[in-house]
Amino acid sequence: MTGLIARAAGVSRRYGDIVALDHVDLDIPRGQLVGLLGPNGAGKSTLINLFVGLRRPDDGRVEIRGRNPMTPATRRIVGVTPQETGLPLSLRVGETARLVAAHFADPVPPAELFERFGLTGIEGRQCGSLSGGQKRRLAVALAFAGRPEIVFLDEPTTGLDVDARHHLWEGIRAFHAEGGTVVLTSHYLDEVEALAERVVVIDHGRVIRDGSTAEIRDVAGMRRVSLTAGELPALPGVVSAASDDTGRAHLMTTDADALVRELVTAGVPFRDLEVRSTSLEDAFLAMTANDHRSLA
Amino acid sequence: MSLVLTYARYQFLETVRIPVAVIATVFFPAASMLFFVVPSIGSDPRAATLATASMVVFASMVTCLFQYGAGVAEDRALPWEPFVRTLPAGPGPRFAARVLVGTAFVLVAVVPVVVIAVLFTEATLSPARFAAALGALVVVVVPFTLLGLAIGYSLPAKAATAVATISFLPLAFGGGLMGDPEDLPGFIETIAPFLPTRGAGELIWAAVSDIAVEPVSMIMLGVWTVAAGAAAVVAYRRDEGRRFS
Repeated sequence: MTGLIARAAGVSRRYGDIVALDHVDLDIPRGQLVGLLGPNGAGKSTLINLFVGLRRPDDGRVEIRGRNPMTPATRRIVGVTPQETGLPLSLRVGETARLVAAHFADPVPPAELFERFGLTGIEGRQCGSLSGGQKRRLAVALAFAGRPEIVFLDEPTTGLDVDARHHLWEGIRAFHAEGGTVVLTSHYLDEVEALAERVVVIDHGRVIRDGSTAEIRDVAGMRRVSLTAGELPALPGVVSAASDDTGRAHLMTTDADALVRELVTAGVPFRDLEVRSTSLEDAFLAMTANDHRSLA
Repeated sequence: MSLVLTYARYQFLETVRIPVAVIATVFFPAASMLFFVVPSIGSDPRAATLATASMVVFASMVTCLFQYGAGVAEDRALPWEPFVRTLPAGPGPRFAARVLVGTAFVLVAVVPVVVIAVLFTEATLSPARFAAALGALVVVVVPFTLLGLAIGYSLPAKAATAVATISFLPLAFGGGLMGDPEDLPGFIETIAPFLPTRGAGELIWAAVSDIAVEPVSMIMLGVWTVAAGAAAVVAYRRDEGRRFS
C-alpha cells in the first residue's frame, strides 16, 4: 500500500491567546522518516498531539489513513512516545509492556520488544526504580509494542547517553527499513540529520521549510569557513563570526569563494583553512536568525 | 471486557504496592470499630449489629472518598495519563475498571469490620438479612463513588486528598454513624437526614434490623446521588476539555 498515511490540512490550534499552530499543511507518505525541527514553543509537540488524538484542532483536519485520530480504532496503527516520559511508577517493566500490549490484536511479545530496545534483564523492576535513560528507552519501546504502521516520537533520545542514542537510532532505522513511517522531533539536530530523509522546519506555528535533509541544508546556502589566524580585518559577506576555545575562527558566509579570495588579497596570515557545507543546525539557525529564542 | 479486567488488575496492583493507601482504607473503619464500638456497645446484640452496620457505611464512604477522590486526582497529574489516552481504547474500559477496583477495596475495608464484629461483639445476622445488607451496600456505594469521582476530577491531587480527609469525619458524625442511630445527640438529629451518610445508614440498618427508613433521608440520599453524579460528569468533561480538547 502506498499513499498518504498521515495528513494535516489547514490545521490551526490556539491555547488562549497563543497561536501554537497557524494553518499547517503536512502530508506524510507511507514509509517516510520525517524529522520535525524547530525551537521550543514552535508547535512541534502540538502537531504531534493532534496526530495522536490527544487534542482537537481548532481549524482544519488531521487524519491518520484518512480517519480521525480522536477515534480510538484509528489509533490501532499508531505508536507514540510523548515528550514527557510517563510510566506507571509502581508497576514492573514487564507488566507495563503487557498492559500496553493488551490494547492491540497482534502485539510484539514483551521479551522481543525488550531485546530490541536493550531492556532485557530489567523486566522485573518497578518503573519507578529505573534510571532516567532506562525510563526513556522503555517509553520509546512502548511506541512499538502494537506493531504500529506509524510512530510519533517526540524527542525520543532526550537524556540518553551516546551509546543508548545510537542503539535507539538502530531500532528506529530497523522499523523504517521494514516499511514503518516515523515522525520524530529532536533537540539533537545531528539526530534529525542522521535519521530523517525529510525535514520539516516549524517556527511560530508555521511550516517554514519542507524538504530533504540535503535540500534544507542547501536552502540556507551557507558555508562555514574555519581558520586559525590572528586579528581578522572586516570581511565582506560574513553572516556571523565566532571563535572557539582554541582560538580558531568560524565564519558563516553565503559566498565562501569570495571570502577566501578576500582573505588572500588582504594578506591575512592564516593556516588550517577549512570550508564546509553547513550542518542542519547552522542552516536552521540561519533560517530563524531573526528570532532570539534558544535552541535548548 | 478483557481490557476492563486488564486495567482492573493493574490498577489493583498499583494501589496495593503503595501499602499506606490500603492501610488507611482498612485502618480507619477497623480502628473505629475497635475503639468506638467494641468497648462501649455492651452485650445487646441489636445495638452491636446496628453499630457494625454503621461502621460498614463508614468503611464504604472512607474508601470511596480516598480511592476515587485522591486516587483519580493523583492519576490525572501523572504524565502516564496522556500516554494511555493515545492507546486505541476509549475512556470506558478504564472507568469501568476503576469502579471495579473501588468496589473491591470497599469489600477489603468492610471485611475487617465484619470480622471484628463477629469476634468481639454480640452482633448477629440471619443469612437472609446478611444478603439484604449486601444488597443495601451495593446501593450505598453508588453515591459515595460519585462523590469521590466528583472530587477526584475537579481538584488537583493535594486538594482532593485534603477535601477527602476533611469531609469524611463531618459526614460520619453528622450522619449519626458514630453513635446510637435511634438516639442522635443534639443538633445532629436535625442535620443528619440531610447528609448522604444518614440515608445510606438507614438503608443498611433497615436491612439488618427493624428500623424503618425515613422519607426525608431517602429523598436526600437521592438528591445527593444525582447531584454528585452531575458534578462528577461535569468535572470529568471539563477536565477532558481543558487537557485534551
